[in-house]
Amino acid sequence: MAFIDYYQVLGIPKTASDKDIKNAYRKLARKYHPDLNPNDTEANKKFQQLNEANEVLSDAEKRKKYDQYGENWQHGAEYEEQMRQQQQRRQQGAYTGGQASDFDGFGSDDFSDFFQSMFGRSNKSSGNRQVKYRGQDVNAELKLNLAEAAETHKQAFTVNGKNIRITIPAGVENGQTIKIAGHGGPGVNGGPAGDLFIKFSIADDPRFIRNGSDLFNTVKLDLYTAVLGGEVTVDTLNGKVKIKVKPETQNGTKVKLKGKGLPVYKKENEFGDFYVTYDIQIPVNLTERQKNLFEELAASR
Amino acid sequence: MDEINFIAASEICLYHEVEYTFINSLGEAGLITIRKVNQADYIPEGELQKLEKMIRLHNELEINIAGIEAINHLLDRVEEMQEEIRLLRNSPGNSKTYEFFKTS
Repeated sequence: MAFIDYYQVLGIPKTASDKDIKNAYRKLARKYHPDLNPNDTEANKKFQQLNEANEVLSDAEKRKKYDQYGENWQHGAEYEEQMRQQQQRRQQGAYTGGQASDFDGFGSDDFSDFFQSMFGRSNKSSGNRQVKYRGQDVNAELKLNLAEAAETHKQAFTVNGKNIRITIPAGVENGQTIKIAGHGGPGVNGGPAGDLFIKFSIADDPRFIRNGSDLFNTVKLDLYTAVLGGEVTVDTLNGKVKIKVKPETQNGTKVKLKGKGLPVYKKENEFGDFYVTYDIQIPVNLTERQKNLFEELAASR
Repeated sequence: MDEINFIAASEICLYHEVEYTFINSLGEAGLITIRKVNQADYIPEGELQKLEKMIRLHNELEINIAGIEAINHLLDRVEEMQEEIRLLRNSPGNSKTYEFFKTS
């Protein structure tokens, strides 16, 4: 657990007046407020720190205590007392049970361990997104691989202790977000629940490159097949496919396999295409005889 | 048929500790939809998220209606841009794999 310099968080000197603190907090809050920084976890974290610093420094008693112990806070007698109380609280809390969750929402609402060991748990909420009526929106990330994204499938998971089963339509894109209304945090004072936002994170498949519903890959083709024609086996998402290679195929030639790409999102029986680019391999370590044959070819031009 | 829930504006004022005039001004500025039923104002549940965000901007950051309106426009643009960046990042023509396919 590290010491947190609250003055530094707010960018003010230790001699700052109450008004200076208020102004510094307001100014930084306008910069990092979560409502002004959508989808920005860093800003959210920063805002949390600002709230914590403000809670300590804007409260005369807390500030005095913080100033008194400062970096030596661990040696404070009060610290011991706090730890003892905290432990008790933890033991009590153990029975009410923490909720296991597959996902973390963006940033926890709790203050730092440092804060809690010095001041105990804040009885005020951290000020960030305090629920007053409508429940909090919850953001979660779901990791899929390309094969999973290519198939409509059902997936169950736990968010905030609630089991949720969703159907993931084939063809979801990396970074795409879907909203599940009413599955966020509970409302208070009779307000409605917030929404759950699930962002899909689709891992790169080393074999393919994706562009929307199209897939691309590169296949090594030996010189002889390229010159004389033949067949090559290509790995697609649904297995290996043999393609005919025309004689005199040039390096970098792109071949389209129609409909062998990914399903188009929310369009039944529509598929993207699969593009294969040939990377022609020039033979190496030629034998004397092979070399002579190439020389013969060269001379015949 | 989709059912729309409405919430009394007075209830929102109570829990968020805002003046009714603030909600009314947001309605007048076209920032939220307000429905009048029997002299009382109601907010569609779907507008609640937007409204609570504006209340936070007002209460926590002391931003007035004009400022909220400007912020809304900018946030809409930020959202559009974030979506555009996502699409650009996902297209191979703009990623580091570009070199790979440039030859064709």
